[in-house]
Amino acid sequence: MRSDRSSAPMSLKITAAAGLLFMHLPILLIFVYAFTTEEKSYQFPPPGFTLNWLAVAWNRPDVWAALSLSVRVASIATAVALVLGTLCAAAVSQTRFFGREAISLLVILPIALPGIITGIALRSAFSFADIPFSFWTIVLGHATFCVVVVYNNAVARFRRISGSMIEASMDLGADGFQTFRYVILPNIGTALLAGGMLAFALSFDEVIVTTFTAGQQQTLPIWMLEELVRPRQRPVTNVVAMVVVLVTFLPILAAYYLTREGDQIAGAGK
Amino acid sequence: MTAVLFENVSRHFGAVRAVDSVNLAIAEGEFFAMLGPSGSGKTTCLRLMAGFEQPTGGHIEIFGETAEGVPPYRRNVNTVFQDYALFPHLSILENVAYGLMVRGIAKAERLKAAENALAMVKLPGYGSRRPGQLSGGQRQRVALARALVNRPRVLLLDEPLGALDLKLREQMQEELKALQKSLGITFVFVTHDQGEALSMADRIAVFNEGRVQQLGTPEDVYKRPQTRFVADFVGSSNVLAPSFVHSLGYPARYASLRPEALALGEGGSNARRFSGTVVATSFLGATNRLTVEAAGTRIAAMLPASAAVPPQGTGVTLSFAAEDLHLMDEAA
Repeated sequence: MRSDRSSAPMSLKITAAAGLLFMHLPILLIFVYAFTTEEKSYQFPPPGFTLNWLAVAWNRPDVWAALSLSVRVASIATAVALVLGTLCAAAVSQTRFFGREAISLLVILPIALPGIITGIALRSAFSFADIPFSFWTIVLGHATFCVVVVYNNAVARFRRISGSMIEASMDLGADGFQTFRYVILPNIGTALLAGGMLAFALSFDEVIVTTFTAGQQQTLPIWMLEELVRPRQRPVTNVVAMVVVLVTFLPILAAYYLTREGDQIAGAGK
Repeated sequence: MTAVLFENVSRHFGAVRAVDSVNLAIAEGEFFAMLGPSGSGKTTCLRLMAGFEQPTGGHIEIFGETAEGVPPYRRNVNTVFQDYALFPHLSILENVAYGLMVRGIAKAERLKAAENALAMVKLPGYGSRRPGQLSGGQRQRVALARALVNRPRVLLLDEPLGALDLKLREQMQEELKALQKSLGITFVFVTHDQGEALSMADRIAVFNEGRVQQLGTPEDVYKRPQTRFVADFVGSSNVLAPSFVHSLGYPARYASLRPEALALGEGGSNARRFSGTVVATSFLGATNRLTVEAAGTRIAAMLPASAAVPPQGTGVTLSFAAEDLHLMDEAA
């Protein structure tokens, strides 16, 4: 839906540009202050340019600990979400059973609920069941919303696999495993990749649920929050923030292009 | 040898009797049609043969082996699906070779077999295309090749020509028939088109409400329908009530009378005749269709286009040869 006939009025163009700048300039500022020579305050313009903070950040063990925890949590939460989300999407889209719509809604709910509700609910559930806070409680907390992302991506793709395609595969001699490998997986593969990347990105910068489900451990976003309070080597936070932007932005961009391409492939089959 | 045997087979979905005590014996090498309106149980019967459904009662044998509990991938039966169900992510050649691939046939060998199968359905050289790039008729041929490349002992076809236009459908009817003859494989096909069933099949099972109403050769089913449903469904015969049949000098039973068996006038000495009023006429090209009301019954007659058509409202006498009226088994 692109109209080439007339261009938008100047006022609309200016408003749109202002809106975009308002959203994205602060991100640029983060990049700028990663290279400033002033360590205690965000002075503008920055008094000097230095690459020193990259080295400082590199040598701080607490950065590495937080980064490694975040990567591990995001990886495992994504893996859990991929398995559960796919299974759930398959069940909801390929079969009919009592309460199907309700289950579909319940799966999506965690992402619709404010994170703080999920966080409190999980925290009270953990203490009620006497589960000590650990790496696994963070993973569990993140999995609740990661499953949704994978499920949403997979269920849309599953709906396009006709039941007769799966039957055709079985009819031609493929058992359940072969049918999954040769027919289902190629058709939902890009959706799973996109969902997985999105889930990873969500988990990687999650703060609220993590606050409620982590014990003494610090994931990267929590570490940054703590760091902002203490004005020591401030630009280190900016360096780390820059890394986070890159780590989350690239997968999301890739996911966007992958699903777009997938739409075209599926559309060609009609 | 019996290819497919159904003994009192039922498939109930809750209270719905999709298939209800069906008995069938399909012979090896036969072109067998299951004909009926939608919801008559014919497709469920096909799915029972393919293994996508399990019977709730009765016994199924495929070439003498019990079929209950045998999954689709262990049956020597292949299906051509109504929507063709080609795999959109695979090329045409890979689609056709799929059955051989999952069975572990070496790549070179299975691609060669797939090429041959494509040539058999008159699509040589289409292997590198994708299903989305083919027309409906071409996809149908691919689906056929994909099933036949596995050398099934029974080929199941679910409304195989339903989605094609008339011209293509007639062409495919002939090709399917020729293919079946040359391969000698048992074909079982499901259709709601009585013309298709009559022209292609060796034998027809007419389904209604989950039961087989009649099983016989196309001529049997067409000329000697056993129930009112068959008479009406297979070629829209006139179904006459027992009282009317009695007034024509037959026993008081339901009877069928083909519209083309009727002629205007008194007819010969051993003809039967009745009088009525013309209520409608329509021109159908090669024939004229005349609807006559006699003793409260509406009766259709097909007259050659060369004959003069009496105008609406006139009284006419129609006659037919005594043996053309077929008394049905169904009691009054």
